[in-house]
Amino acid sequence: MTTVVLAERAGDTISGGTLEALTLARRMGAGDVAVLMVGPLHDDAATVLAAHGAGSIHVAEHDLLAGYNPQAWGDVLAGAARHVDADVVIAPGSDQGNEVLAHAAAVLDIPMVANVLEVESTEPFTVRRVRWGGSLIERATVSAGGPLALSVASHALDPEPADTPGSATVHPFTPELDPAVAGCAVVERVQRAAGLTLATAPVVVSGGRGVGSADGFAPLEELAALLGGVVGCSRAVTNNGWRNHTDQVGQTGTRIAPEIYIACGISGAIQHWVGAMASKRILAINTDRNANMVTKADDAVIGDLHQVVPAITAEIRRRRATP
Amino acid sequence: MRVLVCVKRVPAPGAKINVTADGLAVDTAFLGFATSPHEECAVEAAVQLVEQHGGTATVLTLGPAEAEEQVRYAASVGVHDAVLVRTDGSDWDPQRTARAIAAAVADLEAQGGPFDVILFGNESADSGGFQVGIRVARALGRPVVNGAKRIEIGDGSVRVERPTDDGVDVYALAMPAVVGVKEGINLPRYPTMKGRLASKKVTVTVVDPVDQPGGQRLVSLHTPVEAASATRILGEGPGAAPAVVDLLIEIGVLQ
Ligand SMILES: Cc1cc2nc3c(=O)[nH]c(=O)nc-3n(C[C@H](O)[C@H](O)[C@H](O)COP(=O)(O)OP(=O)(O)OC[C@H]3O[C@@H](n4cnc5c(N)ncnc54)[C@H](O)[C@@H]3O)c2cc1C
Ligand SMILES: Nc1ncnc2c1ncn2[C@@H]1O[C@H](COP(=O)(O)O)[C@@H](O)[C@H]1O
Repeated sequence: MTTVVLAERAGDTISGGTLEALTLARRMGAGDVAVLMVGPLHDDAATVLAAHGAGSIHVAEHDLLAGYNPQAWGDVLAGAARHVDADVVIAPGSDQGNEVLAHAAAVLDIPMVANVLEVESTEPFTVRRVRWGGSLIERATVSAGGPLALSVASHALDPEPADTPGSATVHPFTPELDPAVAGCAVVERVQRAAGLTLATAPVVVSGGRGVGSADGFAPLEELAALLGGVVGCSRAVTNNGWRNHTDQVGQTGTRIAPEIYIACGISGAIQHWVGAMASKRILAINTDRNANMVTKADDAVIGDLHQVVPAITAEIRRRRATP
Repeated sequence: MRVLVCVKRVPAPGAKINVTADGLAVDTAFLGFATSPHEECAVEAAVQLVEQHGGTATVLTLGPAEAEEQVRYAASVGVHDAVLVRTDGSDWDPQRTARAIAAAVADLEAQGGPFDVILFGNESADSGGFQVGIRVARALGRPVVNGAKRIEIGDGSVRVERPTDDGVDVYALAMPAVVGVKEGINLPRYPTMKGRLASKKVTVTVVDPVDQPGGQRLVSLHTPVEAASATRILGEGPGAAPAVVDLLIEIGVLQ
């Protein structure tokens, strides 16, 4: 079997999703693993790819690939798949990985299975994949008879280095690109100011419908600030216009993995839970002892969040004042 | 301008999703139906584009006869025309879905002229394939980007903003173009009584799909096994605050 894996950059190195893709490829019995790297290959990246079993690295450089361009990247991935005569094309399950893979699958007119957890067998090709953002698992078959495309569900498997590193021979790859792909290029890039984000904060204090209003979030803001964290929310909150959607945790919001998730007045609907479940610890504050969030949490306080949250803040201040 | 928006009818599950005995579908005995939140926002975006620039908005769904409910809902919030590409309601894989939608769009365009913008959700709520919109765009030979959190019409082009890990990427797609929309781009409006009444009068055009199965087949659905959790109740009401602070110190988020 010949496999091509799309590499994704994270700063000067390789993204965790890429290592997940390489790990899945090896577990599947990928055979010869070719990696496609769009743009320059840093030394560090080459070393990491070798350690994770890359047999060859194809480095695509072309004026039309600068920055990011989903269509051009998809065309290059399709070109690389043809070039190495791949049986399986694998991408990380990030927004970008899924997007590039979908373009490549469309160009090659092959099936694409998004967010795969595991390849159970290759004959017939059978996978387990994520549905409903993680609340259901689907077993699916993919009829081979030609190459097929998979993306690997983010954070679903622990990346492992290969027992024997790959030779990772580097080959320049000059793709043929239709100049019309320029129409899908990024024309402007706005950098966000550095700071904590929902996806990276060590503490997330989150509010749901139980908070009751936009102003009701002030005590949550205060607690989050004391803990060096950020405020999150449920979809009920964004739907009511109390907070911006960038704060939403869940299937159609952000997936988080903080040290602790403090869920105040959130019932814990499955679509919310899938965004929060990777948290190391969950504390639910809810008036309803039987709320899903409470029964699934590690710890809970039963009570009115409007009293409990300020009491926690006051207790922190009290202890700081009397060491 | 002519805008098309594609939505998929899916069960609206509650706290837990139950699977039917044969393992092939979500048990919908006690459930309502909805579309993905991304698609609700795509419908709102379509209505807003037409409010700002004139023209018509059309909604299309591929699914069972009952999916009429979802296109009528779109009509109740301001979409003008509705198309149902009718199937038997079985699970269609993304290739099969995209081929049928692309063919249906080509037919609609042969009759009524091209759609300047076709909107999709970033991903469907149930199967989450992240690909139908991209496949349709490719089949029609149009530029496409996913993850749109802002859309503006410029001079012959669509300006799309898409947040990334460390900022925002901006695209300028020449029309006709395709855009995959993410929740948060807008706050979908609720139907008014007048909208609801008007939507009952909208003719839903029903067409048969071009049916070319793709390579992916659902074998079974499973509920993930969850580690049993024994929740520790730290206390009731504000009196629990000291126990919470002890916990925060214990796990090292508070010194
Ligand atoms: C396809 C799809 C995708 C979705 N994606 C998301 C998503 O990304 N994120 C998301 O959050 N939701 C999502 N949802 C919506 C989800 O199903 C729920 O509707 C939503 O999470 C409910 O929000 P909530 O818990 O704040 O509100 P509710 O379910 O109304 O719960 C409110 C809770 O607050 C408690 N409460 C009330 N007052 C107080 C008080 N004074 N003190 C303490 N507790 C109190 C109540 O006991 C209750 O448990 C999605 C839905 C669908 C169909
Ligand atoms: N059966 C369908 N009918 C209409 N639109 C669909 C259908 N399936 C998917 N789509 C559209 O394609 C988007 C992406 O779907 P998916 O590739 O399944 O994640 C969805 O958000 C919808 O806008």
